[in-house]
Amino acid sequence: MLRLQVVRRRLLRSIEPGALGDSLFHWLTGVVAVGVVALLGLIAVVLLIAAQQSIRTFGVGFLTGTRWDSVADIYGAAPFVYGTLVTSAFALLLGVPISLGVAIFLSELAPAKLRVPLTYVVELLAAVPSVVYGFWGLKVLAPVMASSIEPAVQGLLGFLPLFQGTPTGSDKFSASVILAVMIIPTISAVSREALRAVPQSQREAALALGATRWESTRVAVVRYARAGIFGAIILGLGRAVGETMAVTMMIGNKNSISVSLFDQGQTIASLIANSFGEAQIGYIQSSALMELGLVLMLMSLVINVFARLMVSRVLRRGEGLG
Amino acid sequence: MSTGAEEMAALRPRRSGMVKWIAVVAIVIVAVVITAGALAGWFSSPPITIVGAGASFPEPLIAKWAGVYVTLTGVRVNYASLGSGVGIAQITAKTVDFGASDAPLNATERSRAPGLLHIPETIGAVTAAYNLPGIPSGLNLTGQVLADIFLGTITNWNDTAIATLNPTVTLPNAAISVVHRADGSGTTFIWTSYLHLASTTWPSSLVGKNPSWPTGTGKPQNAGVAGYVAATPNTIGYVELAYTVLNSMTVAKIRNPTGNFILPTLASTSDAAASASPTLPAPDGDWSAVSILNAPGPTSYPVSSLTYLLVYKELNVFGSSMTQVKAKALVDFLWWVVHDVVDGKPAGQSYAAALVYVPLPTAIQTLDEGGLRSITFNGQTLHT
Amino acid sequence: MKLSLPFTPPPFRFDREGRRLWKDLAMTVAAFACVVIALIPLGSILIEAGIRGIQALTPNLFLFDTAYGGIGNAIQGTLILIALSSVIALPIGILTGIYLSEFGKGRVGDAVRFFVDVLTQVPSIVVGIFVYSLFLTLALAGLMSTRSVFTTITGVIALTTIMIPFVARTSEESLRLVPVSTREAALALGIPRYRSILRVVLPSGVSGLVTGALLGVARVAGETAPLLMTAYGSFYGFSGLDQPIESLPHTIYTFALDGSPARLQAAWGASLVLVLIMLVISIVSRAIVHFRSVSE
Repeated sequence: MLRLQVVRRRLLRSIEPGALGDSLFHWLTGVVAVGVVALLGLIAVVLLIAAQQSIRTFGVGFLTGTRWDSVADIYGAAPFVYGTLVTSAFALLLGVPISLGVAIFLSELAPAKLRVPLTYVVELLAAVPSVVYGFWGLKVLAPVMASSIEPAVQGLLGFLPLFQGTPTGSDKFSASVILAVMIIPTISAVSREALRAVPQSQREAALALGATRWESTRVAVVRYARAGIFGAIILGLGRAVGETMAVTMMIGNKNSISVSLFDQGQTIASLIANSFGEAQIGYIQSSALMELGLVLMLMSLVINVFARLMVSRVLRRGEGLG
Repeated sequence: MSTGAEEMAALRPRRSGMVKWIAVVAIVIVAVVITAGALAGWFSSPPITIVGAGASFPEPLIAKWAGVYVTLTGVRVNYASLGSGVGIAQITAKTVDFGASDAPLNATERSRAPGLLHIPETIGAVTAAYNLPGIPSGLNLTGQVLADIFLGTITNWNDTAIATLNPTVTLPNAAISVVHRADGSGTTFIWTSYLHLASTTWPSSLVGKNPSWPTGTGKPQNAGVAGYVAATPNTIGYVELAYTVLNSMTVAKIRNPTGNFILPTLASTSDAAASASPTLPAPDGDWSAVSILNAPGPTSYPVSSLTYLLVYKELNVFGSSMTQVKAKALVDFLWWVVHDVVDGKPAGQSYAAALVYVPLPTAIQTLDEGGLRSITFNGQTLHT
Repeated sequence: MKLSLPFTPPPFRFDREGRRLWKDLAMTVAAFACVVIALIPLGSILIEAGIRGIQALTPNLFLFDTAYGGIGNAIQGTLILIALSSVIALPIGILTGIYLSEFGKGRVGDAVRFFVDVLTQVPSIVVGIFVYSLFLTLALAGLMSTRSVFTTITGVIALTTIMIPFVARTSEESLRLVPVSTREAALALGIPRYRSILRVVLPSGVSGLVTGALLGVARVAGETAPLLMTAYGSFYGFSGLDQPIESLPHTIYTFALDGSPARLQAAWGASLVLVLIMLVISIVSRAIVHFRSVSE
């Protein structure tokens, strides 16, 4: 008797108006979402298959190999991993202080009237497409770099091997500067979020103790938002690593490792952009390029996952927690 | 918690919401109209599109041909000047209908693309273009000096080697900024072959489409090198002749085998082509030994070269995307390209001289005709 | 005469108290200097593109195709590419966003969200070689023609792949902003869940969805790298879904590397047009958000 009632109740619930619609809708959106995830899987699979030949030929040595020789068919990723890391690191060195300054100003120190319009204008930096940055860099920035800025830097810091050699304007230094400009909106926006997540009570406590606005920011706010700011920086790094067009146009395209920032270089992205057309598909050069693409994807993935872990931890932190 | 206010807000009629919906619908309509319009245009009369890729060496001329040919016949010839390396790779993969390269196929490349024909479509020259403020065209240079510059052993413009060749010129005390190609380039192949031929220091390991340059900045395509040299002082790069004329650049006189310093011009390139008279193989043969570098004759420019269109002998290798109509269109275009006059109207070669390319000599035209006549689609010849 | 400054100038003394106040002012100025430095490149780009590009903005620039030094086909190509990409990517992205915000609470939802996030971070050049490689592999396997690699369709697929996760995340964020009480109110009235989503939650979040869609469109309108190896570029206007197609960023890239003054000027003109399009989209999405919050 009870069992019949249960079944009857279940039956009635399943033919409730909308029950079918509910499950269909849930199913529809779920399938689409899983499809999107499958797309990611497809990317990984396609790249893996295409990189097979290269992986089998070079093995782990691919990552340490320093030759990229299309005549001898010997390929190694080291110069490009080096180029990517060096330009991104230097871009961070230049861009992070500025981004933090921007974030702190807009979030803490700016007069109320300036806050919104300035925030908006800084966000416009992100609206400029990469190719326009590259074009501007090539025609406007590079000549200025070659004639004034690079010699000045060399004059100041030329004792370091990093700044030796002949400044030409089309080198790792210029590419790093452009990258720095491009990651400023990313780092400053996420840092601002991190700073905004700091409870007002922290600021008020510092101010109540007689701190100036700057002191309150330094002691109470930035410290509190450390992890989020760190995450913002890593997100900026992730963005810099994948940047292609602006770097290709500024870096001078030389497939070898050199210490000086005033020397030409090549990043993974710029090499792929330059060489994909020449690599005969089905042969080892093409496979090596695909393996490089896989390396880039993994680099970007690791960096961004790490960043998001840091940022989400901060944004979920509420008042009263650590 | 202002639940009441939120609920009220949610239930309040949305005037701004209406505006947004109208905006959304408007955008969607515009998108659909554009898309439909484009697709409709396609369905009503699809133009025949022929896609090519390859050398930047002849790009100004091929672009001119494309512009004229589409007005003449409606056939769209789409050429991407990405370098000879790309041209060879893409025609081998059959992702394009024809390729173009200044460097003839070597043995490996020939084995990977059986059935590919070389059709020389024009003759040009590779110049040593420099940017020295105050110094006009005509700086005297030799193959040896150029080799040393590009090797990085001569590093300053006022080096004795350069100064001795140019006693009347005041050379600046400035570092030479070398520019080379960043991509696999037939122009590089021509240039490095010349440096190897004309000097004792340029090793054969650095001859090719993409050698490991010991020094210098890399720029993509002839246009990229030309643009960079034109804009940056104290630079030197190797650029095809047409680009130096288009961009009003200063170029060097290079010493030819008879000892004369020759300025690269249409005339000196023509003389080189005429006096070299290379023995040319059949279009489906091995062209890797063909060269008109260091051509004999007192007025010949030593760094001249042929450049080739690469097309398959049997066009059904493209599968479903190639039809009889398109195959015929391709061969007709190539026929038009290698002739001076077709059907009483000016054809490809008549546009060459104005862009500083040497029109094909009759012997080469005849050879090309033979090659084009041999092209078939499913066994049927397309042009008699 | 009273100066009205946006801050209170510190008193002119240099004991410990005064030093702290001057330091506060100094750091504020330094931070402001950072903002100025950050904006210099933006200003320079706008000024240079404005000065150098405005001369290029003749009617001929828009009427002619790239074969003749114009950018008409590039603009048409970009419009077609983003229109086709939006038609595919917007519904998929928004549905994914709906799934993540409405049904994505548990471990499965978290996993999906994580992977969608990963997809947003895939560098666009990797998306390009993915599509290039996919189609070439299929062609080598005989499943399609080799000529299908450089076509409008592969360009659309590449842009769609970039756009979907972006739109999915922005849709999720905007739907998340709809207050729980709104959903509860709808359900309390006895409406089935799916109806409540479609009729109540979506309209509430529509401004965010539109903003996300606009930003997604802006994002792919400026993409060059993936189009290098898919859409390929063309001298002409739209020639068919199975033929190459030009796009505005690609034209800028090609002309930028060229040396001839005419092409360079056309490239500046194209850059100006592209940046203006981005600015307009940016302003419009800001305006939507602003008017939305004003009306509330």
